[in-house]
Amino acid sequence: MSEYGTHDKDGISVGIVAKKIFTFAEPPRQMSLDSGKKLGPITIAYETYGELNKERNNVVMVFHALSGNSHAAGYYREKDVKPGWWDNMVGPQKGIDTDKYFVVCSNIIGSCYGSTGPSSINPATGRAYGLDFPLITIADMVRAQKALIDHLGINKLLCLVGGSIGGMQAMEWAVSYPKMVESVIPIASTCKRSALAIGLSEAQRQAIMADPSWKDGGYYGTAIPEKGLALARMIGHISYLSEDSMHRKFGRRLHENNAFKYDFSGDFQVESYLQYQGKKFVERFDANSYLYITKASDYFDLGEQRGRGSLVEAFSRSSAKFLVVSFSSDWLYPTSQSKEMVSAMKKAGIDVSFCEIETDFGHDSFLLAHTQLTRLISGFINRMSNGGERNSQV
Amino acid sequence: MRFDLQIIGELVEERSRVLDLGCGRGDLLDLLQREKKVEGYGIEIDEKKAIEGISRGLSVLKGDINEETKDYADKFFDYVILSQTLQQVYQPEVLIKEMLRIGKKGIVSFPCFNHYGIKLQLLLTSKAPVTEELPYEWYNTPNIRVITLRDFRIFCAKYRIKIIRELAISSHYKKTTGKVVGFLPDWFARYGIFLVSSF
Repeated sequence: MSEYGTHDKDGISVGIVAKKIFTFAEPPRQMSLDSGKKLGPITIAYETYGELNKERNNVVMVFHALSGNSHAAGYYREKDVKPGWWDNMVGPQKGIDTDKYFVVCSNIIGSCYGSTGPSSINPATGRAYGLDFPLITIADMVRAQKALIDHLGINKLLCLVGGSIGGMQAMEWAVSYPKMVESVIPIASTCKRSALAIGLSEAQRQAIMADPSWKDGGYYGTAIPEKGLALARMIGHISYLSEDSMHRKFGRRLHENNAFKYDFSGDFQVESYLQYQGKKFVERFDANSYLYITKASDYFDLGEQRGRGSLVEAFSRSSAKFLVVSFSSDWLYPTSQSKEMVSAMKKAGIDVSFCEIETDFGHDSFLLAHTQLTRLISGFINRMSNGGERNSQV
Repeated sequence: MRFDLQIIGELVEERSRVLDLGCGRGDLLDLLQREKKVEGYGIEIDEKKAIEGISRGLSVLKGDINEETKDYADKFFDYVILSQTLQQVYQPEVLIKEMLRIGKKGIVSFPCFNHYGIKLQLLLTSKAPVTEELPYEWYNTPNIRVITLRDFRIFCAKYRIKIIRELAISSHYKKTTGKVVGFLPDWFARYGIFLVSSF
């Protein structure tokens, strides 16, 4: 995902929100990871919006993607320049209506926004983990989220919604904890990343690791690998856009003076835009987190890991209803991959809806304000809150 | 509610699982869910209509009816409906066979070319007939097939499809009231609705 949300044009917002913290898996009761290693204590940063009802059955979980965090909606302070990253979708009367639903969004482990990750202090050494942080998987992230949900006293999840890597977490939840999950909306997501996506991921990791400041991940307290992380972000950012959207936004327009400079400082607008995106990203994200999270998403293979090689078998574990959404110009997780998921769900007898939305904004489309996406999500969740009955309006 | 959809609604049993091919905005499924408590699924190629169907609480797949039927298990549905679409289907035999693979029963409705008005138009004007049901000129019609009730009966016999019920309707299909034709349907029907199954 690229950038944070913008202010609601109608000024509607969930308002001032606060980040909360939950810590568990204190040694010796550390959490076991897919890698065989153990991790603990684990802290999870999370936010909630709306009210949990008496029956505790109005919970909607929102999952963020690679560079996101628990701050999905609202503002921390009155003066904040920007709201949470999905403020256009989450709030009163919005697609995920906080007047009706209790929304939970937590920061994934491995990240750098309050949940335990490579930049956290390793209690064993008193210093940041760096590369001593164990490799994690999407399933590990979900296990940690499950501990949070248990802690909140919730045992039914009305709907799980996530874009990109967030969609992977939502699907992992559905097959790992089938009794808890009633419905799932994976958006611009995939059950396994293609070689193209893994290749792009690896190029981004190599960019970080090639920066001399990276120092095998041990840069905390010294200069950070700014250049490497900025370059990784530039590559990543391109993969979230599309040829058409880039053409519309930049074309071949020049940055200044309308003439070539005949040097390598950047003539084209697209160059300076990407350089700016890279620089801005360095201020808010940890390079090691970038390595760990991209690796986790590369490892994800739902059919292989949860269905002994069969995606149909993996989905057979779930009794949730699904709404799968893809975007026509997303070439990172293309529609064909969403259709593959839908096909497996149908074979598994799952009640699934699917819609490819025609747009040229690429993979990032899910973050943009989009009436059609909002209608899909709100309609689907409302159906679920009516007890799964398809109580339709005339 | 369109009269043809009311008739289809009467053919469907309560609490059954129904797939509507080319479900549009989901009007029929919506009716069936309210009146017959069915579990409604639809396939619709138009994005806006599919979104409308999903947002009103239906399970809709945005896609092509020839492709999207493929992954369902045998006899997954109690009814698979093809409403007013047969005249635009490229391979009717393949599609109807697929309908009866994934569904226990099929419901097929189509505007038919046997109405006496159409016969007279061709006879008297020597022009390809244009009617309320089929309002296009030969050069801009999306309808690639001309079907009569008798054609469909012959088709079913040839491909071993069992006709459980046949209803001939004399009104325009978009009207809310209509009449089931008992007398000389091959002259007075504007469209037909067939309830079919495999033998």
